[in-house]
This record gives sequence, C-alpha cells and structure tokens, in this order.
Amino acid sequence: MMASTHRWARVAWGAGLAFLLAAPFVGVYPVFLMTALCFAIFACAFNLLLGYTGLLSFGHAAFMGSAAYATGWLVRSAGWSPELGLLAGMLLAGALGLVVGLIAIRRQGIYFAMVTLAMAQMIYFVCLQVPFTGGEDGLQGVPRGNLFGLIPLASDLTLYYVVLAIFVAVFLAIIRIVHSPYGQVLKAIRENEPRAISLGYDVDRYKLLAFVLSTAIAGLAGALKTLVLGFATLSDVHWSLSGEVVLMTLLGGMGTFAGPVVGAVTIIGLQNFLADRVGSWVTVIIGVIFVVCVLAFRKGIVGELLAWQQRRHSR
Amino acid sequence: MKLKKIAAASALACATLLGVAAPAQAQVSGDVIRIGIITDMSSVYADLDGQGGVEAIKMAIADAGGSVAGKKVEVLFADHQNKADVAAAKAREWFDTQGLDMLIGGTNSGTALAMSKVAAEKKKPFLVVGAASSALTNDQCTPYTVHYAYDTVALAKGTGNAVVKAGGKSWYFLTADYAFGAALQNDTSTVVKAAGGTIVGSVKVPLNASDFSSFLLQAQSSKAQILGLANAGGDTINSIKAANEFGVTKTMKLAGLLVFINDIHSLGLKTTQGMYLTDSWYWNKDAEARAWSRRFFEKMKRMPSSLQAADYSATLQYLAAVKATGSDDADKVLAQMKKTKINDIFAKGGYIRDDGRMVHDMYLMQVKTPAESTEPWDYYKVVEVFKGEAAWQTKADSKCALWK
Amino acid sequence: MEFFGIPLQAFLGQLMLGLVNGSFYAMLSLGLAVIFGLLGIVNFAHGALYMIGAYVAYLSLEILGLNYWAALLLAPLAVGALGALIERTMLKHLYRIDPIYSLLLTFGLALIFEGVFRDQFGVSGQQYPVPEALQGATNLGFMVLPNYRAWVVVASLTICLGTWFVIEKTRLGATLRAGTENPSLVQAFGINVPLMVTLTYAGGAALAAIAGVLAAPVIQINPLMGSNLIIVVFAVVVIGGMGSILGSILTGVMLGLVEGLTKVFYPEASNIVVFVIMAIVLMVRPAGLFGKEK
Repeated sequence: MMASTHRWARVAWGAGLAFLLAAPFVGVYPVFLMTALCFAIFACAFNLLLGYTGLLSFGHAAFMGSAAYATGWLVRSAGWSPELGLLAGMLLAGALGLVVGLIAIRRQGIYFAMVTLAMAQMIYFVCLQVPFTGGEDGLQGVPRGNLFGLIPLASDLTLYYVVLAIFVAVFLAIIRIVHSPYGQVLKAIRENEPRAISLGYDVDRYKLLAFVLSTAIAGLAGALKTLVLGFATLSDVHWSLSGEVVLMTLLGGMGTFAGPVVGAVTIIGLQNFLADRVGSWVTVIIGVIFVVCVLAFRKGIVGELLAWQQRRHSR
Repeated sequence: MKLKKIAAASALACATLLGVAAPAQAQVSGDVIRIGIITDMSSVYADLDGQGGVEAIKMAIADAGGSVAGKKVEVLFADHQNKADVAAAKAREWFDTQGLDMLIGGTNSGTALAMSKVAAEKKKPFLVVGAASSALTNDQCTPYTVHYAYDTVALAKGTGNAVVKAGGKSWYFLTADYAFGAALQNDTSTVVKAAGGTIVGSVKVPLNASDFSSFLLQAQSSKAQILGLANAGGDTINSIKAANEFGVTKTMKLAGLLVFINDIHSLGLKTTQGMYLTDSWYWNKDAEARAWSRRFFEKMKRMPSSLQAADYSATLQYLAAVKATGSDDADKVLAQMKKTKINDIFAKGGYIRDDGRMVHDMYLMQVKTPAESTEPWDYYKVVEVFKGEAAWQTKADSKCALWK
Repeated sequence: MEFFGIPLQAFLGQLMLGLVNGSFYAMLSLGLAVIFGLLGIVNFAHGALYMIGAYVAYLSLEILGLNYWAALLLAPLAVGALGALIERTMLKHLYRIDPIYSLLLTFGLALIFEGVFRDQFGVSGQQYPVPEALQGATNLGFMVLPNYRAWVVVASLTICLGTWFVIEKTRLGATLRAGTENPSLVQAFGINVPLMVTLTYAGGAALAAIAGVLAAPVIQINPLMGSNLIIVVFAVVVIGGMGSILGSILTGVMLGLVEGLTKVFYPEASNIVVFVIMAIVLMVRPAGLFGKEK
C-alpha cells in the first residue's frame, strides 16, 4: 500500500510541478500567477509561525510591506540589481522581525497577537509618513532590471520562471526547516509549551528564531512582489492584509505544507475572478469563507484532504 | 509525508486550475474597440465617478452610434478600491489579455500615476478623468497620458486667487496628511502669496480622521479669515460638519479646495452655503449641459458630477478620433485627438497640449443659500470663469520633457 | 498666558475636546471589555456592531420616523438580539477550542456585515441630525462647546460607570462573573449559565450599538466607521487590562486626553500614540494597567 502511495505521490507531485512550468503556455496570465506565487510564499512564511509554532501574529503584513518598500526604493532609486534588492528586503524584514519579536515573544496567546498588531500599526505609520514611500501614492516605477546583471527580467515569461524557482526553493526550505531537529522542537512548543520548558529548551529563543525566519520569508515575498508589479503601496502594510494571510492559511490548512499555497492561490484567484463580477460582495464572500472555515472546516482544504486520506487508509 | 505530498500536488494543481479560469482569455481585439475604466466604485469616492462614470461612458458610446469605423465598441469597468496596486494590475491585465484599446482613469492620484506608467509601457492611450495630481502632466508626463478634467494647479489657481480677491487674505489650512493634500496646500499657498495674501498656519490631519474638533479649534485660534480645506471626500464632509458645529463658520469662511456636487448634496445647503470652490463643469452651466444632465439623471437618479461629464466627453472625443483616422492604432488616434478642438457638453474650445494636459475653462463657484436655490441640485452660482490657459500649469513651471 | 507654547485658552480647549473623545472611547471599549472580561472572547465584530447600531438609528429615522431618543432604545435592543443570535448559532460551538477561532469568526462576521452595508449604502456616508433638545452650543469662555458633545460625555460616563457598578458590585454581576469563571459549578446551583453567556454577549453588542447611536450625529454614518476605530478600541482594552472593565473606562478617557494633547504638539502622530502607549504598557505591565495576570 505504501509503495502505491509513493508512486501516486510522485505522479501527482510531478503533475503539479509540470503544470506550473507549462502554465504560461496553456494560457494562464503570468502576472496573475506570479502575484499568486508571491502571496503563496507569504502564506507559507505565516504558516511557519502559526501552523508549526502555534503563534498568531496579527501584523505580518508590516514585514511583507516594509521589504516591498525597501527593495522598491533600492532597485529604483539606488540602482541596485534585483537579486541584491531581494536580499536586502529579506534582511530588513528579518531585522524588523527581530525587534518586534523581542518585544512580543515574552507574551502569550492573544497578548502576543495584540503586540504584533500594535507594532505593525506603528510600522504602517512610519511607511505613511516617510517621504520615500510616496505615502498614499505608493512607491512607483520600480524597474525589473537584470538578474545578476545578466538576465533581463522585463519579459513576463522570464520573470515568471525566476519567481517560480524562488517559490520552489522557499517551499523546499520550509519543508527542510520543519523536518529538522529545530522544527521538531517548534512542534513540541506548539503542542505543549510548559512541557518543552520543563525539558530544558529555551523556548523563547526557539520562538524568536521562528518569528525572524517567518518575517524574513514574508519580506522576500513582498520584495518579489515589488519586482513583479513595479510598485509598493500602503496596501502591502495595512492590517487588512494581515487578516487576509490568516485566512489564506486557515482556508488552505494550517500546519500543512501545501495548505498556505492552496489558500493563497484560491483567495487571490477569487478576488481576481470576483472583482469584476460582484464588486463589493467580495468582502462579504471572504467573510463568509472565514466563518465557514472556522465553524466547519478548521483543517482547511489540504487538512481535510489529508484527514480523508487517512480515514480511507485506516479502514 | 507521502500523503502530504499527494495532497500537496493535487491541491496545487486544483488551485492553479482555478487561476486558469480567471484571466485566461487571451484573445486580442481585432474587431472590437474596448474602452476600460478603472475607478473607485465602492469606497470614499464612489459617488463622484463610480457607476455613474460607467453610465456616462455608455451614453457616449450610444451617442457615437454604438460602433465606430466598422467595429463594435465595448466598455469594461473595474473597481480599484483606491489601491494603486489593484489599479495597475487590472490595467496591465486588460492590456495583455483583453485587447484594451483605451483606458480611462478614475479617482485617486496614486492609482492614476500607477496606471499611467502601465499605459506608457503598453503604448496605449490613458485618459485621466478623476485624479487630481498635476504630476501626471508635469514630472511624470508620458506621450500616452492625457489629463482630461482638472488638476491641483487649476484648483489652487481658481479658488486661491478668487478668494483672496474677494477679501480673504489670511489663510489657515486643514490638510489631509498625504501627498495629495500636501500638493493641494502647496499649490494654493503659492497662489495665495502671489496674490498678496498670507498663510497664517496649517495643520496636518491624518487621513480618514473621525474627529476634526481639535484641529478646527487650532484653526480658529489662528484668527485667520479663511479656512482652506486641503482634503477630499469623507474628510471634507466631516470637517465642514464639524466647522459648523463648533461655530468656526461664524468667524472664518470655508474654502473647499476639492469639493464635488455630491459632497454638497450630502451636506446640504444650510451647512455649506457661501463656500467657494473650483470645478471643471457644472450641470446647470448652460442649456446643453442641462439637457445632457437630465438624460443622466433619468438613469442614475442624481445629477452628474464634473467627473462623470468628463468621462462622457473623453469617450466621445476618443471615438470621434477613431472614426476620423479609421483605426484604433494608439499613436494615430492620439495624434488626431491632439490636433482636434474639443467642443461638447463638457468643454468648448478645449484642446490637448503637448504635455498631455487638456486645456479648457474652469469655473469658480459659490454655494447658494437655501433661499437662492430654486430646484433640487441647484447648488452653485458661477462667480468667475477661467478661460483656456489661465487655470493651468505654465510652461515655465513645467518639468515635462515633452513640452518644451 | 502661554502653556508649552500655546495660549492657555487653546490648551484648555484641547483638553476639553480630549475629554469628549475620551469618554466616547470609553463607551466604545466598554462592550468589548465586558465580552472579553467575562467571556474571554476577542470580539472583532465589535466595530461592525457599533456601525449597525448607528445604521439602526439612521434607518429608524428614515423609514419609521423614530427620533434619536427612540433610537437609543431601539438600537441596543436590535443589535443585542443580533448578538444573541450570533452567540447561539456560532460562538457557542467554539468555546471548547482555541480562543483564536472565536477571534477569527468574529473577524469574518465583521467583514460580512461591513460588505453587506457597503453594498447597500455606499461609503460616502449618511447624515444624521443632532436631536433638537441638544442642538446649539455653550460658550465656555475658552471655547465654544456644542451641547451635543457635552451630552456624549455625560451619557457615556454614566453608562460606563453604571455598567461597571452592575458587574462588579451587584449580585447579578457577581452571578455573571461566577458563571463565566466556573460554569459547571454555578450551573449546579440551578442557574442557566448558557443563557447568561448569551445575554452577556448580547449586552456587549447592545453597548456597542449605543455607542453607535451616540456617534451618529457627530460623524458621517458609513459602513467603514467601525473598522476605522476597531483597532484603537482594542488597544484601549489591552492597555486597560483585558479583564478589567474599570481599566478600559479609565484608559479610554486617558487616551482621549493624551490624543488631544498630541494633536496640539505633533498632530501627525495622533493616530498612533495609542499604539506606542500600548507597546510600552505591555512591555512594562504585561497584563495591562488594571488587568489581572491569568
């Protein structure tokens, strides 16, 4: 039985990847997919914190957005090449994450969430006031440049494969982190923190590292999005985006690998698809999905799929 | 772990298929002229343009005959929710996958600037109707952007000059703390000082503040004659309301730097009477405008704002240019538009300058008292008309490389 | 006479306004504090319920011709009923699991309410007139204070202190507090605890609605009025101490005063001064100023 699952897994895995590789040629709009992949990276980063460490951060957009602005400015006004800009954005988000984390980690549960929210609002305010961000107008006209100074990214097709490569790298990296001994400790902390403390683990250190990793990857997502779309705006740091990423993770399935990706693509796809057709009802639909997920679908799409698989096999 | 991978792969494929369903139509318009409008349809500026703007465009298409140069004309619309990223992404998608021929930009300067860049990249005409920022024809001008209705310079020159002339020499600004508000304050200050007035002070108010009382108190204690409202939408409405409540209007006159007829309708004449404002058009300014506005009223049950009239005019002029050149090639049509005078319900003797600015008359108006108003929506009396170039940015001050 | 560079008159004026806003903040955070303090639910729908309360007032005037005073009674009843419905059909199922879920549920509900009202009413906002009895203004010497704002102070503080008194000092309040702290034991005494929980949530919702009616004549009633304020209200409750009703009342008033002063000296920051205070308080006193560490 395991052998056949193994084969099935390989086939399905390959099919999924093949689809993503071929997508632009099948008629899928590459810019849409790139945006969805950026949000998928964001959701994966968030899931690392919520699904695998059990920490609900209510201000995660602040990290995505700050990196978006930083990279945007560096690439546009300081003339940096895109890969350095991405790296810088990621590091900035991680550094911010360190500062916020140091303040927030000491609190538990809802207090942790509230502190992250407070700090995120302050970051929002800074982004609003500081001249280089362009305030309400946003930071615009970010060129795509040449990757490593060699590969021009102006073409949507080229950039798509770069984004896809980064996405796959992040995805695999997160799998590695979760399966590493460090990841196991995180799981232990999520399951039963007092126990982990009693076993001698410096729980705060582990949580802080998870937080910084999560914010750094979120920053990567933001920086990448800036390159794809050519601008960074206040929507990237607004608390409603923080709420959206919670939904993406919840809908897709907390604590699974594919969950946040599924959730992100679904929500972005829905917003895109519905915006033209139903206008302001998009908010309502998102709200309904939230409510339905919380009441009846807590494992999310992928979680439910997994649970169903397990039930089938245990018969 | 294996099960997770199955779930991962299959779910991933499913989700991406959903994405396929969305924007996968990659047909290019060969035989349809597509006009798109991206504006605020659901947020703070929805009444100014929004659905009414779409209706106005549809009216223009109908008036042009429904089809031009042998091709049917279609209109697309989308809500940018005042987000530059949504606007730019939608514009790009329409150009790439829907064969969009012409884009009309609705309210909000940030979105207009973003869309302007996309249109320049895709080399398609972009007619900005709703946004105010003069940067669109200044340091951020492009060969494809036409700024159609109004801008911050015109508002400043209009209201600023006129109010000082009418005796309002000392000013205090209540400014929405974002780029648009600051630009409006700057432009108006320059004009006021040049006209011999003084700026006593100003205060920056966070966008969408729920309470203006303390800022108004500061304004009042400055003892200035004029309170300049460098804000828009809900902020303007709230600050006017509060100014009345706190008796500020007894000692200062209000100068609304960006006010639309919908705002006046919302607040009522009692609260807004006597206020000066500058606008590009008024539904009751002449018989032609009135006739068209009645048609609009039938559909929308409210009188059109200047933006909605501009949407109509922009569409009409674009289609006329397409007819004249017999093609929807962007460069040809824009060239045609730039050499044709604009004469319709929106503007008489209007023309498009090299920097993309559509030059036309602007109107300084004052809000009527309830007694002076003879019918619903009869809110303004025209105090002064700024003819042609008088209202706009001059070549000397312009940084646009296309206009030298 | 100057006071930190501004005339005393202006300074007093700002303090007065700060008091007005502060009492409003206290009123607004009251419902949230009650629900969290007694039920442990982070009610993200609080802003939406406040907005619905304001709309009940507006609609009852437009459609039924009921005046402000009737609305003050009708809105809390209507929204309270809605709250009871929410609790009975949805929240009830989430008590046994991680409190994060009730937070997320109420967040989703807030989106739904906001979206529906936005679709119906647009966002430009609706006007609601100041009731006749409270129109006009009084000259206090250092400023002109609209009578309605004075009423807001009086009404808010009365309701706030009244609620606090009922919950902390009366027998009903004691039963309430016991029932939510140890439901099974209190139930054993024959008291219908689930009903009490429902009524408590409904009560919090009703308080939000009253705040909405109080706000209606002051700011434009629009579907976004709740979401603009909800985060500030949360900050107030967190600073005050999430278990403490008196804490949020006092913090609300204090915040109003601090914000008022910030508006004079550094207005751009007036929006975030509450978050700065929250971050500092949480670092120094993690349970909030008056909270009890659980």
